[in-house]
Amino acid sequence: MSANLSAILYLISGVLFILALRGLSSPETSRQGNLFGIIGMVIAISVTFLSVGNFTSGFVYVLIFLAIGGSIGAFIAYRIPMTAMPELVAGFHSLVGLAAVFVAISAFINPEAFGLGYPGDIKLASLIEMAIGAAVGAITFSGSVIAFLKLQGIMSGAPITFKGQHAINALILISIIVLTFYLCSTQSSNLFWILIAVSFLIGFLIIIPIGGADMPVVISMLNSYSGWAAAGIGFTLENTALIITGALVGSSGAILSYIMCKGMNRSFFNVILGGFGATEQSTGDKNKEQRPVKSGNAEDAAFLMKNASSVIIVPGYGMAVAQAQHALREMVDTLKKNDIKVSYAIHPVAGRMPGHMNVLLAEANVPYDEVFELEEINNDFANADVAFVIGANDVTNPVAKTDPQSPIYGMPVLDVEKCKSVLFVKRSLSPGYAGIDNDLFYKENTLMLFADAKKMTEDITKSL
Amino acid sequence: MEIDPFIFRLSIFILSIFVGYYVVWSVTPSLHTPLMSVTNAISSVIIVGAIIAALSGNGDAIFSSSSIFGFLAIVLAAVNIFGGFLVTQRMLAMYKKKKKDK
Repeated sequence: MSANLSAILYLISGVLFILALRGLSSPETSRQGNLFGIIGMVIAISVTFLSVGNFTSGFVYVLIFLAIGGSIGAFIAYRIPMTAMPELVAGFHSLVGLAAVFVAISAFINPEAFGLGYPGDIKLASLIEMAIGAAVGAITFSGSVIAFLKLQGIMSGAPITFKGQHAINALILISIIVLTFYLCSTQSSNLFWILIAVSFLIGFLIIIPIGGADMPVVISMLNSYSGWAAAGIGFTLENTALIITGALVGSSGAILSYIMCKGMNRSFFNVILGGFGATEQSTGDKNKEQRPVKSGNAEDAAFLMKNASSVIIVPGYGMAVAQAQHALREMVDTLKKNDIKVSYAIHPVAGRMPGHMNVLLAEANVPYDEVFELEEINNDFANADVAFVIGANDVTNPVAKTDPQSPIYGMPVLDVEKCKSVLFVKRSLSPGYAGIDNDLFYKENTLMLFADAKKMTEDITKSL
Repeated sequence: MEIDPFIFRLSIFILSIFVGYYVVWSVTPSLHTPLMSVTNAISSVIIVGAIIAALSGNGDAIFSSSSIFGFLAIVLAAVNIFGGFLVTQRMLAMYKKKKKDK
């Protein structure tokens, strides 16, 4: 196959990837978009086979390894529960990162196969691109592994900080640049290995100080990194499909990180530098005063909702933990039978990854046109009778609007307190992730329902 | 003077960043999770490099030190491609509109 023809086909597959993302602008076109993505991938892989044109026994092995990886991937995709999506995505990012590292290593050992020169005499531009691809790939890999372990609960979600952390990180980042520079002038393979090792280390160090609830930012950021790593390799291989895709994924992840940061009213650097919540928590405990709360049971909640004409549901990470989305849908079905208008309000950072709650509700057969984003629904709280907060906490805290001293001041929150009454499902009065008390607990019109989210929802359904 | 082909690739790269920027802003927030899984799947087009690497062995030596890394990368990328597209499809199939009869 001529080089020009394959370049054009790679370009087509790049365009199909753009259309795949474009399809996600609405749920109706999204499935078609996914199909475009698959076609683009099939084209890219077929063109590679044809342009290498080496259909010897090596080719058979490629197919075997492709099948092995493919069946593992397919198996995971069908078995994974929707609540575990954040872990899955983090895990997948780590694989992209590691694949980028492997391709870079292979190109470094055997540059002739890629037409990049000879071992010890690799073209300068290719070597720089290779080093960038390998370094970013390694950072993506180790960072994603830590994110995965934190999300999976294998590693504590609490931020791990130590003295001089920022200085060490800065030093390592500088050393990566210095190493790349010397690698280019000496072509030494030892420096290449050291570069990769140091990049693994920094990926690890960057993610450990970031706490569990900042995971939406971390996952988006790693998504972005995996894109830049792919783009770096794309430059090395002079492959258009890979360059386009890398740029798409890189900017996609960056935008998602931005949206998540905005949802918490924090700067990107503030999240990356980490340690949020660790300091506030200790002071918060000391000045804790005993304030009266009203608590109720399932019958009280059922009574309130039965007499309401409109109910807004505010789901959060707790709903995912308790796997309460199906029970919730059943409760809502019962409410609808009583002619009560029900809608869902989703905060941008609810859950552990962007759009996490939407997927869980979709899984529970909640129609997506009943689910609203913060800006769309925030004015409706004043007119609603009951707000049902399930598994959310900080995103409903009115303190963010009233107390400039509060660490979450300025964060956009759902105006839940404007509802006539608020039902708050929670296991205890403990503060949320930000480590601050939620004023909402003590409001006149708040009824606390202390129980497991799933069990409470089921009980309410029974009482209805 | 001839333009270095690198400049063309850089142009594609920069323009794609802008395309990505506008396309991703138009993605509805409720589909942000599928967006992440599908971007993950398409970034596995890195498999292209893995295949070239795996087939770089000459003739008899299928498994050389460089091709082994290629084969490993194929497995990793394939997990992502199949896993990423299939899980996206699974998620997207769940997004349903309100039934008319309600």
